[in-house]
Amino acid sequence: MLPLSIYFHWPFCASKCPYCDFNVHVNDAVDIARWRAAYLSALRHYARGYVGRKVTSIFFGGGTPSLMPPDLAADIIAEVRTLWPVDDDVEITLEANPTSSERQKFAAFKQAGINRLSLGVQALNDADLSFLGRAHDAGQALAAIETAKSVFDRFSFDLIYARPDQSLKAWEEELKRAAELAAGHLSLYQLTVERNTPFYLKHARGEFYLPEDGMAADFYMLTQDILGAAGLPAYEVSNHAAPGHESRHNLVYWHYGDYLGIGPGAHGRITSHNKVRYATRDHYAPEKWLQWVEERGAGAHEMEVLSDWDQGAEGLMMGLRLYQGINIAPFRQFIDLKAIDRLASEGWLCYDEGHLKLTPDGMLRLNMILPYLIKDETDA
Amino acid sequence: MKNKPETKPLEHIRNFSIIAHIDHGKSTLADRLIQSCGGLEEREMSEQVLDNTDIERERGITIKAQTVRLAYKAKDGIEYQLNLMDTPGHVDFTYEVSRSLASCEGSLLVVDATQGVEAQTLANVYQALDNNHEIVTVVNKIDLPSSDIENAKQQVEDVIGLDASEAVPCSGKTGIGIDNLLEAIVTKLPPPHKGDSDAPTKALLVDSWYDSYLGVVILVRVIDGYLKKGQKIKFMRAGATREIDRVGMFTPKKVMLDALGPGEMGFITASIKEISETRVGDTITDDKYPCDTPLDGFKPSVPMVFCSFYPVDQSDFEKLRDSLGKVQLNDASLHFEMESSQALGLGFRCGFLGLLHMEIIQERLEREFDLDLIPTAPSVVYKINMTNGEQIELYNPVDMPDVVKIKSIEEPWIKATIMVPDEYLGGLLQLCQDRRGVQENLTYAGDRAMLVYRLPLNEVVFDFYDRLKSISKGYASFDYELDGYGENDLVKLDIRVNDEPVDALAMIVHRSVAEGRGRQLCERLKELIPRQMFKIAIQAAIGGKIIARENVSAMRKDVTAKCYGGDVSRKKKLLEKQKKGKAKMRQYGNVDIPQSAFIAALKMGDN
Repeated sequence: MLPLSIYFHWPFCASKCPYCDFNVHVNDAVDIARWRAAYLSALRHYARGYVGRKVTSIFFGGGTPSLMPPDLAADIIAEVRTLWPVDDDVEITLEANPTSSERQKFAAFKQAGINRLSLGVQALNDADLSFLGRAHDAGQALAAIETAKSVFDRFSFDLIYARPDQSLKAWEEELKRAAELAAGHLSLYQLTVERNTPFYLKHARGEFYLPEDGMAADFYMLTQDILGAAGLPAYEVSNHAAPGHESRHNLVYWHYGDYLGIGPGAHGRITSHNKVRYATRDHYAPEKWLQWVEERGAGAHEMEVLSDWDQGAEGLMMGLRLYQGINIAPFRQFIDLKAIDRLASEGWLCYDEGHLKLTPDGMLRLNMILPYLIKDETDA
Repeated sequence: MKNKPETKPLEHIRNFSIIAHIDHGKSTLADRLIQSCGGLEEREMSEQVLDNTDIERERGITIKAQTVRLAYKAKDGIEYQLNLMDTPGHVDFTYEVSRSLASCEGSLLVVDATQGVEAQTLANVYQALDNNHEIVTVVNKIDLPSSDIENAKQQVEDVIGLDASEAVPCSGKTGIGIDNLLEAIVTKLPPPHKGDSDAPTKALLVDSWYDSYLGVVILVRVIDGYLKKGQKIKFMRAGATREIDRVGMFTPKKVMLDALGPGEMGFITASIKEISETRVGDTITDDKYPCDTPLDGFKPSVPMVFCSFYPVDQSDFEKLRDSLGKVQLNDASLHFEMESSQALGLGFRCGFLGLLHMEIIQERLEREFDLDLIPTAPSVVYKINMTNGEQIELYNPVDMPDVVKIKSIEEPWIKATIMVPDEYLGGLLQLCQDRRGVQENLTYAGDRAMLVYRLPLNEVVFDFYDRLKSISKGYASFDYELDGYGENDLVKLDIRVNDEPVDALAMIVHRSVAEGRGRQLCERLKELIPRQMFKIAIQAAIGGKIIARENVSAMRKDVTAKCYGGDVSRKKKLLEKQKKGKAKMRQYGNVDIPQSAFIAALKMGDN
């Protein structure tokens, strides 16, 4: 029986960051009891359909789930344990912000069952934190990192780089400092401007510039070099870890395994007992999601049956993000084999005995490589 | 022939056409003549009643020759039948003009009292004189404050060499002088020269068009005998026999008649479905009692300018085919043939009388048939002399034979007449020189220069007219006639993307300008082709020799930074969009070039 991972989406933040296009809302008066009931109800709903699957990871994302009362996390984790068998080595991650008030709750979250923390640090200097609209300063970030390291065995933090006006030199120094502070895992994202964000408008107005693609590539390569030397090689496009510290939950996404998505706007991929693969999406608006769950037990707004091509394309899209690459056997019919030769001759991928993996130069071009490599739905 | 129908005697008929430059008020003048003779009531007058299509009215030009019969009671007390043919003023439609002129005995030469003689007027007057026309000069727009009647007359004498002492001043707009003009038409223009009512029917097929109610309508000028309802007629050259089901005239309203007699003009219908069955210039005679020899007729129209139309949306291809067919119903001078291009898909190679004709056809297709078109660069017909002695005509640069088999290439030349105010002369001389022109003559009429240049037609189809207008701030006028073929050092310029030629961009140019054009196109394409995963090489080449090159550098980074469980669906949608976008792309080597880049490159002549 396939293992199962579970993602919970907590859609609230204390404030909204100008670069963020996630499903996030600012609400000071969240009715905790109602949300608790809804999460538990959704879990019970899924438990009836997917009995007996062993849960290997749980992830609380958002939003800012560290704003939740720790006992809500505890109740959810306890319910999962009641409904499904849970792996002895289960990974339970919580995303957190490094403000003082949240830092004080870290121990309580550990008590609740959280065993991995992912901290949204984003930058190690005040000026950039302020540009990014973060509610914390560098001092709070360092304090939160120290607390997190002392409380949790497994811990990661995020940084955003290739910021406007950032030099390669400045990033190199910041990154080396980050490597020293890290405890086995770092997520490093290049700043991108998404539609429907305040940054989109500012960027369109020319209020700030992002590095052009050549410079962005230099940033990426520098990051690979420095963290490789620091013993934190990339295992995915933007994720670095010392061996054994990879995020097990996120690996499920990239291995295109089964996961339930619970909470407003959460997506899931789940295989039914008769081998049909579904894509689910929960209702996007928080209030609607609550009503939906209260009326029908779960919040899944859409359930789409994934075709063979859908699964092949999604599997390749996710799998090729991993530096270890993929075994192409399940994907052979969706891949243009001539394209493999062409891409290999450019030095963008390696292909050996059915195993396909991208080089760092290939990773840089993944969005262009995918449509080149994946056959049209009509030709597959 | 028994029961002779009653028609006007020859001496009471006047057939005439109007010659004028665009904007000199010809159609307004015609309107006024119609109104004065009671052809239409005041309330029925829409402006420029003879210009039937929207495009004609909007652009203020006449494309199809129209004819209208007027009844004018002259001072001598006799009611005359005046058959007025409105003729196109634009250079592209010289062919239509020659048809009109051949069916008349006289012309009104209309000159704008504020402007004077223009280049096209000149050519048309000479054509009228070639047809032995009597000419009445009309100085129009005398109501305008800036009008200068004496200057206009002087120009007619200086530039054209006609006696203008008896020119009739008038205003089509206010009606001043119209009576004098009508009187001059009757007294100065001759009646039809000959016409035997007892001879077998002999009539000239002047024009034909498709009318959705009547079917094909044939405009005729009767020489001898009669055309009557129910008569069996024969088209002498086409060889077909038909029965006339309607006979009539335009006043300009359609009025049915019993017959048309010698010297008269009018229309007939004969249950003909396709315009292609009626050949303009054919002789119509009686099936049972035919005349001995047909009339000279006209030379068929020869397309001079070629370009291809491709539908932007390939699924519109069949619609384009239908639409071209429908346009051709009323415009036999349009030629088209299917072709396929790697860059643009399926389309049609079309032949036109000239650039304006091309523009009008494109506009009709887009407006009346709601098509979105990509026109390729206009080209002309080259004659290629092969080393084996054969001569082939080249209609499309893509079909150029292998250079080693070519002995020489000939291109069509024109003789251009340009009238231009003195102050812009320098700029125009430079333009003609840049376009490989050879000056033949330069004379002055007042403060205006008349330039005669020999120019290669292919230099003229490439934005010459636009340049001329912009250099002279719109004041220069231009006319041309074909002037044979001449050998020249011409080469085929290919544009290659990643070593593959882009068929739609191939062109034939003089060797001296090839490098400049090639570089310009490469630079333009570099701007237009989006960067992608692989480097893209753009080259301009003559044969195997590269004369210009540009590179579109490869994109170094494009990867989504964050991609977790919730992003899969979004990413897949993006992938599907990229895949769909690919359908609108053309593959060159290992890269996909959006069709839009080629479309934009083809518009290069615009600036």
